Amino acid sequence: MSTFVLLTVTGIGLGALYFLIASGLSLIYGLMGVLNFAHGAFLTVGAYAMWFTESKLGGTSIYVRFFLGSLVGLVVGAVFAALVELVLIRPLYRRHIEQVLVTVGLGLATTALIVSIWGNDARPVAAPPWLGRTTTLAGAHIPNDRFVLIVAALVVLIGLNAFLRRTRYGLIIRAGVENRAMVTALGIDVRRAFTLVFAIGGMCAALAGVLSNVYFSTVDPQRGTSLLIFAFIVVVIGGLGSLRGTAIAAVVVGLVQQYANYYASSGLGDLSVVLLLGLVLLARPGGLSRSFT
Amino acid sequence: MRRWILPVAVLALLALLPRFSVDIPYVFKDSINTPGTLQLLALCLVFGGLAMTYDLLFGYTGLLSFGHALYFALGVYLVAIAITKWHWGFYVAVGFTLVAGLVVALVLGAVSLRVGGIAFAMVTLAFAQAGSILVFKNPQGWTGGEEGLGADYTKLPATFVGIFNTKHLYLLALAYAAIVFAIVRWAVASSPGHIWQAIRENELRVEVLGLRPYAYKLIVFVLASILATVGGVVYLLLLGGATPEVTSANFTLTLLIMVVIGGAGTKWGALLGGVLYTWANERLGDASSSHVVSSLPSVLRTPLQQPLFVLGVLFILVVFFLPGGIARAGRLRAAVRR
Repeated sequence: MSTFVLLTVTGIGLGALYFLIASGLSLIYGLMGVLNFAHGAFLTVGAYAMWFTESKLGGTSIYVRFFLGSLVGLVVGAVFAALVELVLIRPLYRRHIEQVLVTVGLGLATTALIVSIWGNDARPVAAPPWLGRTTTLAGAHIPNDRFVLIVAALVVLIGLNAFLRRTRYGLIIRAGVENRAMVTALGIDVRRAFTLVFAIGGMCAALAGVLSNVYFSTVDPQRGTSLLIFAFIVVVIGGLGSLRGTAIAAVVVGLVQQYANYYASSGLGDLSVVLLLGLVLLARPGGLSRSFT
Repeated sequence: MRRWILPVAVLALLALLPRFSVDIPYVFKDSINTPGTLQLLALCLVFGGLAMTYDLLFGYTGLLSFGHALYFALGVYLVAIAITKWHWGFYVAVGFTLVAGLVVALVLGAVSLRVGGIAFAMVTLAFAQAGSILVFKNPQGWTGGEEGLGADYTKLPATFVGIFNTKHLYLLALAYAAIVFAIVRWAVASSPGHIWQAIRENELRVEVLGLRPYAYKLIVFVLASILATVGGVVYLLLLGGATPEVTSANFTLTLLIMVVIGGAGTKWGALLGGVLYTWANERLGDASSSHVVSSLPSVLRTPLQQPLFVLGVLFILVVFFLPGGIARAGRLRAAVRR
C-alpha cells in the first residue's frame, strides 16, 4: 500500500512537470499553429540560469540562493522566449512549416551552445534541505519535492485559467485561438498576444526547468530535449490547444509511466506511454478534448 | 534521355574517384584515395541517399515525419543482431531485415497515416521513440544498450572488411546513393508520384477528384522506409557496428535539416544537403582545432567547436534567407534579376 501511495504521488508529481512544459506548448500551438520544438531549450535555459545564479551567490544562505536563482531562471526563460518570438517567429508569420523548422534549428543550436560552454556532464544543484526530506503520508515516505511540483502545477493551472477567463488579454488569446482572422478584423493587434503567449510558455517551461533541477538534484544539457518528447505526447493525448485536456493527460501519462515502471519492468513505462498515445489517436484522432480552456 | 546525362556523368566521375591521388586542401584532410577520406565520402553518400528517402516523404508528399530514423536503425540493428547474436549468415540476415522492415513500415504507416499534419508528426515521433527506448533497454543483451553493438566481422562479406577494402565500401555507398537517386527520380515521375505532389499541394482536392490519398501516402511511406532500411544495412557495413544515436529523434531532425538546407522536393537538393551536412559535421570538428579558430577569442571559439551549433544556426539562416535551399538558390537569383 505504501509503495502504491509513493508511486501515485510521484506519478502525479511527474505529471505536474509534464503539464508545466505542455501547457506552454499547447497554448502556443492553439493560438499560432506553431509546434514549438525550441520549448525544451526554454526549459534548459531556465534551468541553467538558475544553476548559474546559485553558483555565483556562494557564501549566502541556501534559501536566498535558491529563491534568487529560481527567480532569475523564470525571468530568463520568459525573456528568452519572448525574444525568440519577436526575432525568429514573427518575420515568418503565417508560414507554419518554416516556423517549425526554425524552432527545430534553435532547439539544436541552443543545446549545443550550452554544451560548448558548460560541457556535457550533469552539474549538482543545491536546494533547501527541506526539499530533500520526506513526509509520511498513509504509511509512505514521500520526498517533499513531489508536493512542491504538484502545488506549482496547480498554481499555474489556476493562474492560467484565471488569466484566460478574467483578463482582457486572456479574452484576446481565447478569441485568437477560436478565430484569428476575425480578431484581427476587429482591429485588435493579435501579434502582441503572440509575444505574450510565448513569454508565458517560456516562463512555465523555465519553472519546469527549475523544479526538474530540484527533482533530479542536477542540471544537464539534454534535460529539455528528453522531457520535451513526453510533453509532446501529453499535448497530443490531451488535444492540441486544450488546457484542461493537457492537465488530465499529463497526470495520466505520469501515473501510467510510474506504475508500468514499477509493476511491469523498468523502462516499460516509457513504452506504455507511447502505446497509450497510439490507442488514443486511433480511438479519438483529435485527442481527449477538442475545446479550449 | 537528356536529363540522365548529368547524373550518369557525376556517377562515372565519383566511381573513378578512388583511382586518383589528389590533395584538396581544406576540403579533405588527406588525399582522395586514402581510407580516411574514402570513409568520409562513403558516409556522405549514405546520408545523401538517406536524405533523398526522407525527401520523398517531406519534400514530395508534404508528410512531416519525425520517425524516419526508426527504419534506418532497423536496417542497422536487425542485421547486426542477426549475425552477431543469432549467428545467422549475412545474406540471410539482410533478407530477413528487408522483410521485417517492409512489415514494420506497412503496419506503423497504416496506423500513423490515419491522422494528418502535426498529429502524424507526433505519432511517428512516438513510434521512433519506442524503438529508441527498446534499443537502450537492451532486451536479452541483444542491442548492447548505450554502448552499441559491434557486428561480428567474420560474418560480413570479406570484400567489405578491413581498412584496405575501404574503396569497396565507398563504391557500395555510391551504388546505394545512385540507386536511391534513380528510384526517387523514377517514382516521382510516375503516376503515383504526381499524386504525391498533388497531395502536398492540396489533399482535399485530390480527395474531391475521387482518389484515396491514404493509399498513395502509404505507398510513399513504405517506399521511403524500405529504402532507408537498405541504407541502414550499408551504414552497418561502413561502420562495422551499430550505435544507439541512429535511433534518436535528433537523428530524424538532422535528416530534416539536410533536406531543407539542400532544397526540399528538388532533383539534387536532398542529396546535396545530405552530403554537405555530413561533410560539414565531420570537418567542422577538425576545423575547430585549426590555427584560425584557436586564435579567436574564447567567446567565439567555444561555440564554433560544436558542429551542431554552427549547423543549427546555418539551418535557421537558410530558412530565413534561402527558402528552397541551395538547389533553388540559382533560380531565386534569376527571379530577383527579372
